[in-house]
Amino acid sequence: MPSHDVLVIGAGLAGQRAALAAAEEGVSVGIISKVHPVRSHSNAAQGGINAALNPGDSWESHAFDTIKGSDYLGDQDAVEIMTREAPEEILHLEHLGVTFHRNEEGKLGTRAFGGASAARTYYVADITGQAIMHVLYEQLMKYSEQIARYEEWFCSSLAIDENGECCGVVTRNVADGQVELFQAKSVILCTGGNGMVWKPSTNALICTGDGIAMAYRAGAKLMDMEMIQYHPTTLAGKGFLITEGARGEGAHLLNAKGERFMEKYAPNKMELASRDVVSRAEQTEINEGRGFPDGTVALDITVVPKKRVHEALREIVLVGRDFAGVDITREPIHIKPGNHYTMGGVKTDVDGRTDIPGLYSAGETACVSVHGGNRLGANSLLDTLIFGKRSGRDAAARAKRIDYSRASKQVLEDEENLVADLIAREKGSGRRISEIKLELGQTMDAKVAVFRDEAGITEALETVRRLKEEAKTAYIDDHGSVFNQDLIAAIELGYMLDNAECTCVAALERKESRGAQYRTDFPERNDTDWLKHIDLERTDDGPEISYSEVTITQWEPQERTY
Amino acid sequence: MADYTIKVRRFQPESGEGPYWEEFNVDLDPSLSVLDGLLQAKDRDDGSLAVRCSCRAAICGSCGMKINGQSGLGCKTQIGEAQEQANKMKAATGATAATADSPIGVQAPEQSAGVNAAESGATATAGGEPIVIEPMGNMPVIKDLITDMESTHWTKIRRVTPWLLPHGEPPEREYIVEPESMIDITQSMACIQCGACVSSCLSMEADPDFIGPAALAKAYRFVGDPRDAETHERLHDLADDPHGIYDCTHCFSCIDACPKGVAPMDQIMRLRRKAGEEGIEDPNAGHAHEVAFVKIIEKKGTLDEAMLVQESYAPGIKGKLKPSKRGLRETIKSLPTILRPLRNRKVKLRQAIPGTHHKLPGDAMDDVKAIYAHAEEHNEEFNLYIKGEEGELAEEDVEKGIERSTAPAGQEADK
Repeated sequence: MPSHDVLVIGAGLAGQRAALAAAEEGVSVGIISKVHPVRSHSNAAQGGINAALNPGDSWESHAFDTIKGSDYLGDQDAVEIMTREAPEEILHLEHLGVTFHRNEEGKLGTRAFGGASAARTYYVADITGQAIMHVLYEQLMKYSEQIARYEEWFCSSLAIDENGECCGVVTRNVADGQVELFQAKSVILCTGGNGMVWKPSTNALICTGDGIAMAYRAGAKLMDMEMIQYHPTTLAGKGFLITEGARGEGAHLLNAKGERFMEKYAPNKMELASRDVVSRAEQTEINEGRGFPDGTVALDITVVPKKRVHEALREIVLVGRDFAGVDITREPIHIKPGNHYTMGGVKTDVDGRTDIPGLYSAGETACVSVHGGNRLGANSLLDTLIFGKRSGRDAAARAKRIDYSRASKQVLEDEENLVADLIAREKGSGRRISEIKLELGQTMDAKVAVFRDEAGITEALETVRRLKEEAKTAYIDDHGSVFNQDLIAAIELGYMLDNAECTCVAALERKESRGAQYRTDFPERNDTDWLKHIDLERTDDGPEISYSEVTITQWEPQERTY
Repeated sequence: MADYTIKVRRFQPESGEGPYWEEFNVDLDPSLSVLDGLLQAKDRDDGSLAVRCSCRAAICGSCGMKINGQSGLGCKTQIGEAQEQANKMKAATGATAATADSPIGVQAPEQSAGVNAAESGATATAGGEPIVIEPMGNMPVIKDLITDMESTHWTKIRRVTPWLLPHGEPPEREYIVEPESMIDITQSMACIQCGACVSSCLSMEADPDFIGPAALAKAYRFVGDPRDAETHERLHDLADDPHGIYDCTHCFSCIDACPKGVAPMDQIMRLRRKAGEEGIEDPNAGHAHEVAFVKIIEKKGTLDEAMLVQESYAPGIKGKLKPSKRGLRETIKSLPTILRPLRNRKVKLRQAIPGTHHKLPGDAMDDVKAIYAHAEEHNEEFNLYIKGEEGELAEEDVEKGIERSTAPAGQEADK
């Protein structure tokens, strides 16, 4: 049985950072990823990473912007930690070799981003996430003796010992189908978000909420699951992301009449208001008939100097050309709000600890919470790195304190039975996995998106519960062991359905409008009753609701205008 | 919406059978991708069809494959365009990409297990010809379109010591560097490790040990990085390796294949130039060989092959042999290579004698000189990240009839 002091699941930015931080503490580390690490979705973070590093900027200012952006649902102690540690982390990355943009003096240069009161976004063209992740992977290769990499291994459940502590994970080698129980003293879930629950989504196909579902099934609490970000600028139909950096560089949003409509919604920050605000503004324009016939508004990048576009928004030039057939330097491109980010997730403290001893989580999987009701652009990379690092360190400290505990083989047997059951289902025994996925995605996008109400969410929840039943008889075509993607898709569908159910339950519960949760039947924010987190815990009858306080240190909630 | 037939080279390792072709009919908007087509086939018809994919937006690098024989990303190739290409190839060669030079040549599509194709007659498609999809080349196939990148691509990446090697403690703040230096290496940094360049590399087909375009582009990311303190050692290592930077044959395949404008061949040429600047004498005299090419053509207008060995190892006065020890040794070593074409009468004796090669007539020489002058004048490299302007530079160069050696993105923009 392979064993490691610290086992990291997921190898995007949070996972790689956690693995490196744990290895620095001198413990043995394993990192498992269902895809090759550089395929992870952190790649897609285009715009940059925030830090108050410029003279004249301050962590307090960064913290305030983040808290205001969160619609005061972010925990302020966690936000303080993230913003205070941000400058050091940027310098650390620079020293490792990230090719950050420089100003004329050869020092780190910044760009403006949404919801921020200063230009504090550090970037590498518009491939910031990719550049950082590839540099971290360079470090993983460098420290291959300390960090064992399990590339293309798929995790299906957590092992919990008799004391209720996490002691390992059941994982399948995708290449040959071999299923193993890996032993660990600490397990860190860094498997990203759950965007595939919605269709379309800017997320990659791998973002199926694996870690959130595994933690939930093992008994860990989830938090803020209703908070799902719709990004203001995604390509109609395909869901591809156009970076907020475009608006940061000065691009305008126009309705079909050619009006710069953000004047009405956010007269000060205009296009650079918080994402929830901009997405709602766009959706309102579209719903009230001022959008284009294809259900979009336009992003006009032609106002940005062409040279600057090619230098700083090159990826977007390619996306426009290859995926929309539009030369963004010459004409506006049609966009709409689209599913983008999971603010909620596995409830953790500031060191990544979940409710289950030995189980940690960081990055989009986790909910510390620094993003609350709405995440600011360029704060997600920061979140992954800061809390990846902190959970890696704490997980290593725990591993030094304790001995391995014996995981029950039962969990491995359960897994083998599950696989055998799936394989045994005959063609035509039920629906195809892909049909259920499609219905789930379309339902969630129609009912649990930018604007929500009780009737719609209830309908979505009923659909999700029906789909859960249908998934029990759904069949797969591939009965082999080598790269059985069909089988993995079936297990992922289970994860997605658990995620969807939790989001619906929480969205139904929160009877107010805050951040990404906008209830047309409760259009106001209600601090008296709802300045609190919604926590969910698994029971056989579905998620059980409880509440936890929002930590407020020095920023009292106030009205939020941009 | 339109109908397409995709013809996939399949391999199911557990079946005990060899690879075979299977056709699927798909129905999607022409602006959607070949990957979308594959996923539709997988969703609707056969969940066992294996293809790595994740982002669908040409950023994760998972879906490297060959489409109509051309290496690239499935998600970045529009299915409508792939259809046009398939039709053109049929018109030009009278054969589909697969039957034209099928590496396996197993089953013809008629004999394949193409259930869907059989049902629909396979002719009711948007453009007629099937779009041929195969796994990447230069890598073992694991299952269907999934290749073993670990034993090939990643092993080669690790070969180039792919991490920054700074000297001493890092500064308190950031390293202060030229802004252009970061923009410069960001072109290599844009590599998503998809393997399309490796798949298309002709040198690697001949020499599987060739470090290859992706790994050498990665190497330039460090050689060009002012924070790296081992530039000289890195260059020496890559020049000394017989499978290193001088193993590239300038075929441009990797530039065509790269979905991100990394232009791996250009990065290899930069490594060579830097190695030359550092005065690194490699076992193949690769750098000197390049210099000799340039010099001979400058003098004579065309290549005097008989002078190449001499000029490469003992650069001297025009036509006069000034042998150095190494020059003599290499000349003797290359005698069999010289004698073979003589024996086969591909080369006349006169052509094998250094210095007797004719010079171009005066006006033709003037053109050659103009080309050299232009190159001298535009000694700056074309790098999209520095220039920031696609198109313009390219158009200007095209007008003057100058072949651009380093304009991947410009070439793409010209499409």
